[in-house]
Amino acid sequence: MTTATREAPAAQVKESSTHSTVYHVAESGLGAAISIRDFNLFYGESQALYNVNMEMQRGMVTALIGPSGCGKSTLLRSLNRMNDLIDNLSIKGKVVVHDNDIYAPGVDVIALRKRMGMVFQKPNPFPKSIFENVVYPLRVEGISDKAMLEEACERALKGSALWNEVKDRLNESALGLSGGQQQRLCIARAIAAEPEILLMDEPCSALDPIATAKVEELITELRGQFTIVIVTHSMQQAARVSDNTAFMYLGKLIEYGATDTIFTVPKDRRTEDYITGRFG
Amino acid sequence: MSTIAEVQTRIMSKDKEAKAVRRYTADLSAVGEPALWGFGGALALGIILICGFLLAIFWNGITTFWPKPIEIVTLANGQMVAGEPSRENLYRPEGAFLASLSDAVKADIERNDGYAERTLYRIGNYDLYNEDFRWVNAFDVQKVERDPAFYYLERQEWGPFIGRIKSVVVDGVEQSPEALGLEGIRKEQQAARERFAEIRRIERSDIGVINHEINQIRLELRRIELAEGLESAAYRSAQADAELRLAELQGDFDRLQGQANDIKAKDARYRIVLEDVNGTTKDTQLSQIVRFYPANELSVFEKVGVYFSRWGEFLSTEPREANTEGGILPAIFGTVVMTLLMVVVVAPFGVITALYLREYAKQGKLVAMVRIAVNNLAGVPSIVYGVFGLGFFAYTVGGSIDALFFPERLPNPTFGTGGILWSALTLALLTVPVVIVAAEEALSSVPRSIREGSLACGASKWQTIRSVVLPHAMPGIMTGLILAMARGAGEVAPLMLVGVVKLAPELPVDGFFPYIHLERSFMHLGFHIFDVGFQSRNSEAGKPMVFVTTLLLLALIVLMNSSAIYIRNRLKKKFAGSQF
Ligand SMILES: Nc1ncnc2c1ncn2[C@@H]1O[C@H](COP(=O)(O)OP(=O)(O)OP(=O)(O)O)[C@@H](O)[C@H]1O
Ligand SMILES: [Mg+2]
Repeated sequence: MTTATREAPAAQVKESSTHSTVYHVAESGLGAAISIRDFNLFYGESQALYNVNMEMQRGMVTALIGPSGCGKSTLLRSLNRMNDLIDNLSIKGKVVVHDNDIYAPGVDVIALRKRMGMVFQKPNPFPKSIFENVVYPLRVEGISDKAMLEEACERALKGSALWNEVKDRLNESALGLSGGQQQRLCIARAIAAEPEILLMDEPCSALDPIATAKVEELITELRGQFTIVIVTHSMQQAARVSDNTAFMYLGKLIEYGATDTIFTVPKDRRTEDYITGRFG
Repeated sequence: MSTIAEVQTRIMSKDKEAKAVRRYTADLSAVGEPALWGFGGALALGIILICGFLLAIFWNGITTFWPKPIEIVTLANGQMVAGEPSRENLYRPEGAFLASLSDAVKADIERNDGYAERTLYRIGNYDLYNEDFRWVNAFDVQKVERDPAFYYLERQEWGPFIGRIKSVVVDGVEQSPEALGLEGIRKEQQAARERFAEIRRIERSDIGVINHEINQIRLELRRIELAEGLESAAYRSAQADAELRLAELQGDFDRLQGQANDIKAKDARYRIVLEDVNGTTKDTQLSQIVRFYPANELSVFEKVGVYFSRWGEFLSTEPREANTEGGILPAIFGTVVMTLLMVVVVAPFGVITALYLREYAKQGKLVAMVRIAVNNLAGVPSIVYGVFGLGFFAYTVGGSIDALFFPERLPNPTFGTGGILWSALTLALLTVPVVIVAAEEALSSVPRSIREGSLACGASKWQTIRSVVLPHAMPGIMTGLILAMARGAGEVAPLMLVGVVKLAPELPVDGFFPYIHLERSFMHLGFHIFDVGFQSRNSEAGKPMVFVTTLLLLALIVLMNSSAIYIRNRLKKKFAGSQF
């Protein structure tokens, strides 16, 4: 294995072949669940991602950090092709999920998304009851067995630390919940169908410290069964829950490695500045 | 370092400078205060106009059925006029009429700047006078009395009779009204009305069923004739069967006719002799009297009774006397059925179109053009839709349906002429732009984050639309439907071409298979207003009915709209969040 260059300058990465850029990451021994190769993304004319190369270890938690607007959400949304909805979007490069190139022509996007749960930056509950919100991923699969749905609902809500608050009002509208409760509801929805990969975009930004602790506890619990990619603005959170951390800046992946290493001996100046709070 | 004094002078000079260049108060035009009067005034004017309009309709509508007293007026020339005073006004007598007046009267008119006062009386007795209303000049009046012996009698035909009851014939025996008493007459009249209803029931329903079956047999025979030919065995055997059945039916028919005739013969022995103010008598069957009351003798309680009994008749019976009397049940029924039918058609049509335009079509020049075209459709005069509805729906589509499915009825059209279905479709076409625009608006206001949430759960596009987007857009779509409904229920012009008629004794829903007859023409409150107000023999007599019918149409639209709004608000509440 080669090591990443100390400076990891964009120009150099661009010229090097995809597979040569390998970072020192903590490995699960199960290989990569997601590997991103030479990935470029353009919103119309403006480029949002530049030659991203990284692999997310199966069964581990990968954190994406970086200043606002650096492309974390964009990268995360590229993993389940959520960006397809945006007009004028073009991409270059490859994303391979469990050995399938998801941007290859003829890929079943719906099947892909069924294997991935996603929690968005802002809570987005459906105009339905709490129960129907949680079991929605099962409903779209055509499951209508009441006992099965109820069991999945309870499990998911317990997982997202919402069960005690809503167990008596499962049939009320989800829109009547508070912002933080809605976010936990969305987490419950994302894990209800037990996907293989969980994508979380700042799941705790609207939560109080107790709920945040519970969500972090959940992530720790799920670690090992699920592959988790989490975007976060909290260094502490990244340090607490993740195995590997990637630092992005202005659409480029600056540094990627085991969380311990990134937070103790960052190789790049910009990484160091960011995690010590000097900019961002 | 500058001293304090220096600083002070510097600030002061800066202040002076500022005063010279800038003013710190906003000037009047910037505040917009003067315009406020204009805004408020415009709003007030609008509200006054609308309130005045509604009040006029409401007051006139609500008071129409209140029984009025009968005045007996003795004129200067000794003539007598009896009637309900309906309104007064000032007018300018002219020409020969003015010249023919006496000098004293002329002088009086002169003093009033050439104006004279007059009162319009509803004198009834159309069969005797050939007019319902009569103007009486104030200067002609010698004496006004209220005679308690005068009755207001509403008749099945010829409008009201105003006069005395001279005698009542009960079972062929003449009796004086005094001997019978008001209660006695009323009892006889009620019994007579029941006989009248019985005759009607036999002739309409019972004989109607037989007629219907006879008609069906004829049509069936004709159908076989068309399919197999006159000489075929099938036709012969069918004809033999039909003749047997027809003979049977003829027997039934004769029996029922006999029953009806018996009652009629009995009914003819109950009569009432009326006498008008000038002593002319009129002899009619007692069963012709719908309602009667001594107008000058009524207590408030009895007046209320008459008032509500008139409302009851109005809401629950068919019209008579060229629509100026009786009820408007068929019109209410027709309006409601047609409007609901329109909503049933326009809702899916509009929503599906909007779904395609907003969710599936590639947003480009073509879609933008379609959108503009749809919006402009709302500006096409409604009569044009009527012409289109008649030409396309009734003649083309309906004509083809007739040729395919009802050849035995030709040349009488079934669907090939105006009818409630074609009216509903025409109005649906008229209102579909409203629904499309509202539905598109509602769909586009569904946040993208919610769609993404659904797609991220592995839902397909259609699943997302069905279970997330549509529920979210539902209140907005309902708003569009409510607007469309209000517009459709009040539209008259196109309906006159595609199915509304003056009088439709057969309702579009009845007891004969297939129970819902969408090909039938129907009555409509809006057209009823036009017909009664402007097409009847006496527009003065129709005027109160115009107001009552308008009131009813408004009430009906309010009722339909508020139920739709109720449903929408329930939906909204379901989706409303506490999120800010
Ligand atoms: N739909 C879009 N159309 C055009 N540009 C976009 C779009 N979405 C994002 N961008 C741009 O792409 C860049 C990356 O955005 P992204 O949302 O990925 O940032 P982020 O790292 O998630 O930021 P934050 O931490 O604030 O969420 C930004 O410069 C943004 O302006
Ligand atoms: Mg983001």
